[in-house]
Amino acid sequence: MVKARVQIMPKSGVLDPQGKAIAHALASLGFSGVGEVRQGKVIDLELSETDPGKAKRAVEAMCEKLLANTLIESYRIEVQG
Amino acid sequence: MQAAIILFPGSNREQDVHDALKRATGKEPLRVWHRDSDLPKADLIVIPGGFSYGDYLRCGAMAAHSPIMREVKARAETGTPVLGICNGFQIVTEAGLLPGVLLVNRTLRFHCKDVHLRVETSQSVYTRRYNAGQVIRVPVAHHDGNYFADKDTLDRLEGEGLVAFRYCRSDGEIDDDANANGSARAIAGILNEKRNVLGLMPHPEDATDPLLGSTDGQGFFASLAEALA
Repeated sequence: MVKARVQIMPKSGVLDPQGKAIAHALASLGFSGVGEVRQGKVIDLELSETDPGKAKRAVEAMCEKLLANTLIESYRIEVQG
Repeated sequence: MQAAIILFPGSNREQDVHDALKRATGKEPLRVWHRDSDLPKADLIVIPGGFSYGDYLRCGAMAAHSPIMREVKARAETGTPVLGICNGFQIVTEAGLLPGVLLVNRTLRFHCKDVHLRVETSQSVYTRRYNAGQVIRVPVAHHDGNYFADKDTLDRLEGEGLVAFRYCRSDGEIDDDANANGSARAIAGILNEKRNVLGLMPHPEDATDPLLGSTDGQGFFASLAEALA
C-alpha cells in the first residue's frame, strides 16, 4: 500500500479572502511581521497500488479530474512508499 | 414546454423553480433524481440552487462529476437549453459547460438579499422578453458567488456578448458596492457560445410572485415559455 498526500493551494493571482482574513486576525492578535497568508487544503489518500511512480500518476489524474480545479488551484503530490 | 429539474442530495430550490416554471408554462416540470439512469426528453433542463453534496471539496464539484451530468452535457451539446441557478451555476462551471469558477464571496459572508441586475443581452431563450440594459431586482442567496475567469476568457465573454447579467445599482450603473461578492467585471450570469446554457447566481425564480416582493423574474420564465413553446 502506498500513501499519498495532495496539497492544494490557490494559485497566485487568485483572490484568497480566507488567507486575507487569517492575516488580519493574526495582526489583531499582535503577531507582527506576517506578510501574505494563503490557505489551502490537504487530502491524504491510501492506495492499493504498490509502485510509487504508478501511484503518483494515478493521483495526478485524480487531481486533474476532481481533486483540484486547475483554473484556480495548483496541487503538489507527495507519495510515501 | 417540458422542463426537467435535476435533483442532487442537498438541492433545495427545486420547488421555487418548479413553481415559477409551472406558473409560466402551465405544465408540470419533471423532477429527475441524480441516480436515475434515464434523463427524460425535455425542452429545458434545470439544475437548481442548494448545497449539493454539502459543498464538499468545492461547491458543485461532486455533482458535476455525477453520472447524470454526462447526459446533461450530451443534451447541452445537441442544443437543449440547460439552466444552472446558484449552486446549479457552480455545477455547470465545474462540469465544464461554462467557463470560469465561482469563488468564495470577497466578504467571506453569506449574502442573502435583493440585488439589482442589468440584463446585458436579450439574445437568448432566457432573456428575450427583457430589453438589453433593463434593470431588474431579484434575490441572491450564496456564499460562493464571486465569478472568476482569466482575462482572455472575460474578454471573450464580453466580446461575444455572452455576459447575460451584471450586478448593478438601481439606476443600472455598475459600481464596486453593487458588486458585493466581488465578481470579475460584476458578472452575475453568463451564456455559452451556443447561447443554450445559462448559469447565474441570483434567483429569478424567487421574484415571480408579488408575495415574494418582486415580480421582475417573471420575464425570465415568460421568455422560456415563449421560446420553447
